[in-house]
Amino acid sequence: MATTPKKPVARLEVKKTYKLYINGAFPRSESGRVYEILTSKGVSVANPSLASRKDLRDAVVAARAAQSGWAKATAYNRGQILYRIAEMLEGRAEQLATEISLATGVSSKKAHDEVLAAIDRWVWMAGWSDKLSAAFGATNPVSGPYYNFTIPEPQGVIAVAPAESFLAFIDAIAPAIVSGNTVVALVPGSAAIAAMTFAEVLATSDLPAGVVNILTGSHDELAPWAASHMDIDGFDISGISKKKRADLKVAGAENLKRIHHFEGALSPTRIYAFMETKTVWHPIGV
Amino acid sequence: MTFEYAPAPESRSIVDIKAKYGHFIDGKFVAGKNHFATINPATEEVLSQIALGGASDVDKAVAAAQKAYTRTWSKLSGKERGKYLYRIARILQERAREFAVLETLDNGKPIRETRDIDIPLVAAHFFYHAGWADKLDYAGLGKSPQPHGVAGQIIPWNFPLLMLAWKVAPALATGNTVVLKPAETTSLTALLFAQVCQEAELPDGVVNIVTGDGRTGSAIVNHPGIHKIAFTGSTEVGKKIARAIAGTEKKATLELGGKGANVVFDDAPIDEAVEGIVNGIFFNQGHVCCAGSRLILQEGIADEFIEKLKVRMAKIRVGDPLDKNTDLGAINSREQLLKIQELAGVGDSEGAERWSPACTLSDKGFWFAPTIFTGVTQAHRIAREEIFGPILSILTFRTPQEAIEKANNTPFGLSAGVWSEKGSRILWATQQLRAGVVWANTFNKFDPASPFGGYKESGWGREGGKHGLSAYLKEGK
Repeated sequence: MATTPKKPVARLEVKKTYKLYINGAFPRSESGRVYEILTSKGVSVANPSLASRKDLRDAVVAARAAQSGWAKATAYNRGQILYRIAEMLEGRAEQLATEISLATGVSSKKAHDEVLAAIDRWVWMAGWSDKLSAAFGATNPVSGPYYNFTIPEPQGVIAVAPAESFLAFIDAIAPAIVSGNTVVALVPGSAAIAAMTFAEVLATSDLPAGVVNILTGSHDELAPWAASHMDIDGFDISGISKKKRADLKVAGAENLKRIHHFEGALSPTRIYAFMETKTVWHPIGV
Repeated sequence: MTFEYAPAPESRSIVDIKAKYGHFIDGKFVAGKNHFATINPATEEVLSQIALGGASDVDKAVAAAQKAYTRTWSKLSGKERGKYLYRIARILQERAREFAVLETLDNGKPIRETRDIDIPLVAAHFFYHAGWADKLDYAGLGKSPQPHGVAGQIIPWNFPLLMLAWKVAPALATGNTVVLKPAETTSLTALLFAQVCQEAELPDGVVNIVTGDGRTGSAIVNHPGIHKIAFTGSTEVGKKIARAIAGTEKKATLELGGKGANVVFDDAPIDEAVEGIVNGIFFNQGHVCCAGSRLILQEGIADEFIEKLKVRMAKIRVGDPLDKNTDLGAINSREQLLKIQELAGVGDSEGAERWSPACTLSDKGFWFAPTIFTGVTQAHRIAREEIFGPILSILTFRTPQEAIEKANNTPFGLSAGVWSEKGSRILWATQQLRAGVVWANTFNKFDPASPFGGYKESGWGREGGKHGLSAYLKEGK
């Protein structure tokens, strides 16, 4: 830890302990490990938890338990809860911008813009909840006396490994949960601070516990376990470098995990990538 | 009194099988180096010698497909591509009986099915996709979605020509070119389809067919000139393909195994449900990835239902696939028969109770009587593993929730069935079932306009309908 001369101050700041977010609670890593985030000048910002494989497994259990309930909520309800998250985020915009600026060294203007962009994207995403069937479903004119329709459904538990930024984190989580999936987010390095403040937003937003679980630490350590975990259905590896993707895909083949990475603007394709398509047939007759 | 069926064999004079076949590359039939026999599984008669494609054959086919893609097919308007597909659809309709007889000879499935289901659906797939070729802007993929390039397609032996149609029609409609490998035991209709491509004057190299075994398929999957893989087959091979392409930019759709649950509630129309269960498992000798191979019966009707099922099963006519009255044909290969026999033996040894109607099976060819196992638990291998044969495992349930839990208790998620007269219960059950295709009060229905494909370990992506097109297109603007 960098040292600076110590002088008494009029009021000592109360600093936050950054922990993990699993099943709606804020536990430390079971491993007891932390890592240090420093400013560009080497000043210590925080000691977030360095999540372990066991934390990942706990998070998957929580995500699996929450999934059917979240998927069963009406699309209108999911949309409202997501919109509520945007409302809470707006109130935390200053705090998030300060944290992003501190942890990543970007200007406060840039950090502020990033937070506002994230909020607007989140609002855009919230509105998709009750339009997915219209966009990705169909009624199919089969040649016979059958009513035949196709609807998209959530896949289940999705792991996301976003790049090291708040916006990338938001871009990974929102499309995964809007359809009714639950998420285990693997947040790398300096993105941990804003992500854990976001966890506080989630905790006060009527989002059921376990729908979003946030682990901070290292992709290199956690992503291979996520890829091989048999109770994870999909994996967004947008934040994983190209040369490391192949190994994750090989590991994910064991349960034919849906593994995708995305570049460029957020699009509804990113939602549909973590949905299944169900087709139902029923005879028509008197 | 009983009415006996007189033999009613379909004539095989309509087909002309050559003694030996090569590959179809760049619009021409080219001689193969090594060959293996393809047999009629109902008689073990050798029908022909099929070329065993090697890496150099695959190289040539991919090169031809690449050339055709860049020089002709990707330059052609959607409207003109569509007209080729319409032509192919029409020729397939004209030559439908020839294809049906050839498919029955090579595969062992009853002529009633090839004639009434396989081949009509094949033509329908080409006709349906022909219409898409110049309407891709409306496929929900943005403006001007683009093809991937060369599609490598590997198809199974259970619906040989139909699986070819499921793969080739959307690939061509979307502007891709094709290297296709039919299954080792069922190459003949694919090779006849190559003649149809010639007859339709399809530009050289747009469709290439390399015959062979798993090694040939592997050469296609691993070929750097392939941009997209479409595979139908076992989950085991599907996972191998997923691993093989992990480090590449290749796209893949995988249609893999299943262990479909057919859930019958106590308010179901029993006679219709019995008919549906029989169709669900004994259609195509049970060689169906989406077969309803687990019957999940509500306890109160179980005894009555099983009695009626046995009565119905006793009427199933097993025998000569070319006989128009045959319901259940030959098992496709000795290898598959051994696998079915092995798993049936496991069912016995794990304590389930086996029953089959009395039926005489020919001592030539590969046969397995329609079979049910009662007293099956979820832990039994016959309740968990795909048998891919005419064997039904029967379990029971008390509450609707228990039925869903049992139905979903599988790593697969391809198909499921629900039988009930109550609309709200059907919709509830179809919502709960984790399967890509749910048949309610019906089973094993297919249509080119209807997306097909599985959840979980049953695969990636969909085939058919608007959804199937996305597998062959990159999103447009």
